[in-house]
Amino acid sequence: MSTKRKARPLFDPPLVKQAVIDSFAKLAPQNQLRNPVMFTVYVGSILTTALFVQALAGHGEAPAGFIAAISLWLWFTVLFANFAEAMAEGRGKAQAASLRQARHDTQARLLDRPSSEGKIEMVSSTTLRKGHFVLIEALDFIPCDGEIVEGVASVDESAITGESAPVIREAGGDRSAVTGGTRLLSDWLVVRVAADPGETFLDRMIALVEGAKRRKTPNEIALNILLAALTLIFLVVCAALLPMSAFAVEQAGKGEAVTITVLAALFVCLAPTTIGGLLSSIGIAGMDRLIQAGVIATSGRAVEAAGDVDVLLLDKTGTITLGNRQADAFLPAPGVDEKELADTAQLASLADETPEGRSIVVLAKERFDIRGRDMSALEASFVPFTAQTRISGVNLPQRVIRKGAPDAIRKFLAEQGTQLPAEVEQDIRTVAESGGTPLLVAQNNRVLGVVWLKDIVKGGIKERFAELRAMGIKTVMVTGDNPLTAAAIAAEAGVDDFLAEATPENKLSLIRKTQAEGRLVAMTGDGTNDAPALAQADVGVAMNSGTQAAKEAGNMVDLDSNPTKLLEVVAIGKQLLMTRGALTTFSISNDVAKYFAIVPAAFVGIYPQLGLLNIMGLATPQSAILSAVIFNALVIVFLIPLSLRGVRYRPLGAARVLRDNLLIYGLGGLAVPFAGIKLIDMLLVAAKLS
Amino acid sequence: MTTNAIIQIIAYMAALLALSWPLGAYMARVFEGKPCGLNRVLGPVERLIYRICGIDPEREMDWKTYALALLVFSAAGIVLLYLQQRFQAVLPLNPDGLPAVAPDLALNTAVSFSTNTNWQNYAGESTMSYLTQMMGLAVHNFISPAVGICVLLALIRGLTRRQTANLGNFWVDLLRGVLYLLLPLSCVLALALVWQGAPQTFAKAAKATILEPAAYDNPVTDADGQPVKDADGKPTTEPATMTEQVISLGPVASQQAIMTLGTNGGGFFNANASHPFENPTPLSNFLNMLAILVIPVGLLFTYGAMVGDKRQGRSLLAAMGSVLLVLLVVCVFAEQGGNPQFTALGVDQQAAEGAAAQAGGNMEGKEARFGVVDSALFASVTTATSCGAVNSMHDSFTPLGGLIPMWLIQLGEVIFGGVGSGLYGMIVFAIVAVFVAGLMVGRTPEYLGKKIEPFETKMASLVILIPPFLALLGTAAAVATQAKTAIGNPGAHGFSEILYAFSSMANNNGSAFAGLSGNTLFYNLVGALAMFAGRFWLAVPTLAIAGSLAAKKIVPQGEGTLPTHTPLFIALLVSVVAVVGALTFFPALALGPIAEHLALLR
Repeated sequence: MSTKRKARPLFDPPLVKQAVIDSFAKLAPQNQLRNPVMFTVYVGSILTTALFVQALAGHGEAPAGFIAAISLWLWFTVLFANFAEAMAEGRGKAQAASLRQARHDTQARLLDRPSSEGKIEMVSSTTLRKGHFVLIEALDFIPCDGEIVEGVASVDESAITGESAPVIREAGGDRSAVTGGTRLLSDWLVVRVAADPGETFLDRMIALVEGAKRRKTPNEIALNILLAALTLIFLVVCAALLPMSAFAVEQAGKGEAVTITVLAALFVCLAPTTIGGLLSSIGIAGMDRLIQAGVIATSGRAVEAAGDVDVLLLDKTGTITLGNRQADAFLPAPGVDEKELADTAQLASLADETPEGRSIVVLAKERFDIRGRDMSALEASFVPFTAQTRISGVNLPQRVIRKGAPDAIRKFLAEQGTQLPAEVEQDIRTVAESGGTPLLVAQNNRVLGVVWLKDIVKGGIKERFAELRAMGIKTVMVTGDNPLTAAAIAAEAGVDDFLAEATPENKLSLIRKTQAEGRLVAMTGDGTNDAPALAQADVGVAMNSGTQAAKEAGNMVDLDSNPTKLLEVVAIGKQLLMTRGALTTFSISNDVAKYFAIVPAAFVGIYPQLGLLNIMGLATPQSAILSAVIFNALVIVFLIPLSLRGVRYRPLGAARVLRDNLLIYGLGGLAVPFAGIKLIDMLLVAAKLS
Repeated sequence: MTTNAIIQIIAYMAALLALSWPLGAYMARVFEGKPCGLNRVLGPVERLIYRICGIDPEREMDWKTYALALLVFSAAGIVLLYLQQRFQAVLPLNPDGLPAVAPDLALNTAVSFSTNTNWQNYAGESTMSYLTQMMGLAVHNFISPAVGICVLLALIRGLTRRQTANLGNFWVDLLRGVLYLLLPLSCVLALALVWQGAPQTFAKAAKATILEPAAYDNPVTDADGQPVKDADGKPTTEPATMTEQVISLGPVASQQAIMTLGTNGGGFFNANASHPFENPTPLSNFLNMLAILVIPVGLLFTYGAMVGDKRQGRSLLAAMGSVLLVLLVVCVFAEQGGNPQFTALGVDQQAAEGAAAQAGGNMEGKEARFGVVDSALFASVTTATSCGAVNSMHDSFTPLGGLIPMWLIQLGEVIFGGVGSGLYGMIVFAIVAVFVAGLMVGRTPEYLGKKIEPFETKMASLVILIPPFLALLGTAAAVATQAKTAIGNPGAHGFSEILYAFSSMANNNGSAFAGLSGNTLFYNLVGALAMFAGRFWLAVPTLAIAGSLAAKKIVPQGEGTLPTHTPLFIALLVSVVAVVGALTFFPALALGPIAEHLALLR
């Protein structure tokens, strides 16, 4: 499913082209003001440009060529940061564009009352308002988000989900929501409009991926404050150097006070421009990754909360176990051969197309090589499962075969005047206690035995839970099963806890209780009765196949309706924070090397002994300063892929992750610029540029 | 390093830990309001004071009320101390008839003592009457560390309480700090100092006729006490003859005890703890050094006990201790190594015993009874904490040896720091470290289960931002104006004097690179501003953090939470402190001690 949403190549040529254009457009001051760190660089660029003009006029504080080079690279720093943001936005916009194709202004059949019998008036879909009723017929585009009040139909939702197989939508139940922009393939529906134009799911999705309504998340704000504080400190550090160096000149009796050009260069190198320049692209890219995974978040805040989640509430069915139970063993009644039981059970299931029925046929073939038979040759007539009898089977000449749950078969036998033998009752208990479901097979008036239906735990899920545990995330399985069954499956799947006989009420109270302990809870849900719990949870992922109520209550929608997606959401949330943290650490560690490049260069004329600090052996003071500035600008470009892709995420304990990231981005950030600046200096010398 | 140095440092550290551990446990009981032993004797006094002052000890305050109480109390203290200095001529206990203190100096001193800085632009023995010393300066020596403890206690309560606005009662915390902690300890230490020979008397200065009249050059000063300079800018002198010596006395021991215990550092005499009456013997020196660190270290144990996780206190102790130890060893090495230029000239700077016994190293500005090691140790301890008492002249240290005390101050006085203030400063650094670490592990950061959000980050940024701001801008202002002429030495060293002065004032340390003539309008006023902002612009945001944290839930610890007691976290915390300190001061230091040091190597 999600494989259809192929990851866009990181540097898609048309996107890059647009991003280059945008990075110049973003030079407008109102754009720059939004990012305090980059704004200071912007001001520095303007200042050095002015100094360059002054130098051209012949009153320069330094050679015009040098000022021009510094100024140029400061502008590049700003442009590179703009480019990073534009790239991330571009990727979002590309996604939005494909979504927008789904948004059609169509004609809608407005009904005067909530019935297909109502009077129809043709209106434009843009005039539909919440509470209106519309009739949608086959091959119509659905004009709005809404709730089906009448009808059953198949819908092509590929425009939103990327899934081409049509889905069934019907009134009542958990599959009653339709989304604007999708298309009816068959039949007709009466739909109550659930959102005004501009507020539909599709509109929200477009706004989100475009980053238009992107508000900064609390964590991003906190980081911004810290970065702004650092920037301020460095501003003061550099500004103070002006009188300080003048005083030093006076004392030493030689050299020249540091120039404003050099101070601007020093400041831009010290200010956390790497993270400052990449911060917004990291945020946009995080949202983008979520969409690639098929999840739409209503806010960036929700994505961040996902990274903080401590407890996951997971529905058993579909998340932990495969949706269906499967036959695992035949337990014959006393005096019955196992093969006879298998044979009869297979007969009863041949025409049963349910997954359980098919699994019985498969098991009979595996165990006793019993093959399929021609039902008509056997003169068999199939008795389908009904809600009244809760039993199914097959009628053959002289043989009435039935299968069903213990209660139903007990009732069936009682009608024949017999009852279950004690041994079978014991088998039923054994199966139930070990988490399975007993299915009884009866022929005429006697029971042949029990078929052990088992919940099949998804492959690899136990390992994923172990990973989550290592990350400090507790998993809680939610199931309608009785506690015995639930306990057995919980043990097999390796979840930390379970909620058996779950109802919407006790689900909600479990969430409240966990939150009161100070933990953050994530859950998935689809039904209307999940809505309160989805709203209460810190991260509520609603299935796209679910009801409108569920989708509105949650703060994320999973387009693939795959409950296991919660695990990916957590990973993406964590990765987002980690990328910010790693680049912040990298950015600040970089400053050490830049000091060793610029400080000796700036002051060696005053105190020649400071030349000893030039441990990189940079050629000249000017080449040293220029190399540091160039490195500072280029590192932004080199880190754009990392900011878009996110740092490598592994599900490990906090201490381990911190150690690894400190080693890579802390120590790496310390070492890399020494090599980088030296290399650039060598290139500058080789090119005789300074 | 010499064996002597190793033994002295180990003995000092061992004695320090042995004393501060039980003291920490005692302080935890005092500040949690539990019976602590002394309450049997002092309990009635405590209750009497509450009754007289109309304080309801049960009434808790939110952070704003707490901060307001703190500010009003400190402001009142500043005003009272200012007035006392201005009127000391007409007040009793002034046997030497000292005149009123000049307004700008009085303001500087009032702010200096109420902020626990104890920067002294005056010579105590010739400026302050006994009454001013005892009822003015000494009172502040008691209450300013107690105020530091109050802020710390509020922060601890913010960390440990959940979903409340209450941070305790300022008046109760203040009184208990003075009554149960500072008063008893300083009584004991004062007696020990008297035993070692420190005077404790109200008698006026003694006069001794010297055996051989000595001729000397007396510096000419103008009406403001400023040196008169000749055409070349050199101070002018006039010949004079000395026939008698004035030996200043006073209630020295009691002042000295609280000066070190409360990390105050304001000496009775101008020469501070290098004066033989303040610090007569190597033993008194050892006791003074212990007194400087015993409460800051003890508070770390108190912290561990009060947050219910002793590892938290120990990890901060490890972080602070490792920084101090490393820098201390560098300082001892630098001082013992002496001047490489002298070595090149064939001067023997090696320490030696026996017939050719000599201290070796750089003995300029050091007392012979303390020697190189105790001077370097004292210098490191007094600047790691915000004490600022000195037993040797930091101005005379080798460039590298002098860089260490200066940088210890510039680290923000969080390597033990002032009583209370050092620890709350370090906790704020821990919050920043946790923030960065939290991002790197992909989780909204928490410290002790409290989520660190934009508000805390904003306040923590302020706390970290303000001191370097003040230090750098103050220095820049001084070198850009005529204030630069106050330096005692030319060249990079003169710059170091100014940088040290503003670093010291902005971080509330109070020690000086003694060469600077600081008693001018500029240094008095700008210095007062720096000290005031350096204290209260940190205390108030810290209280705001406390208030915000107290209102939060406590997130249970799990595998996903970052432990804050591991060596990894300690290393991270040390890196954050060191990186902030290095990045903010490296360029300025390059123009001062680094340039000076590298010049010696050439």
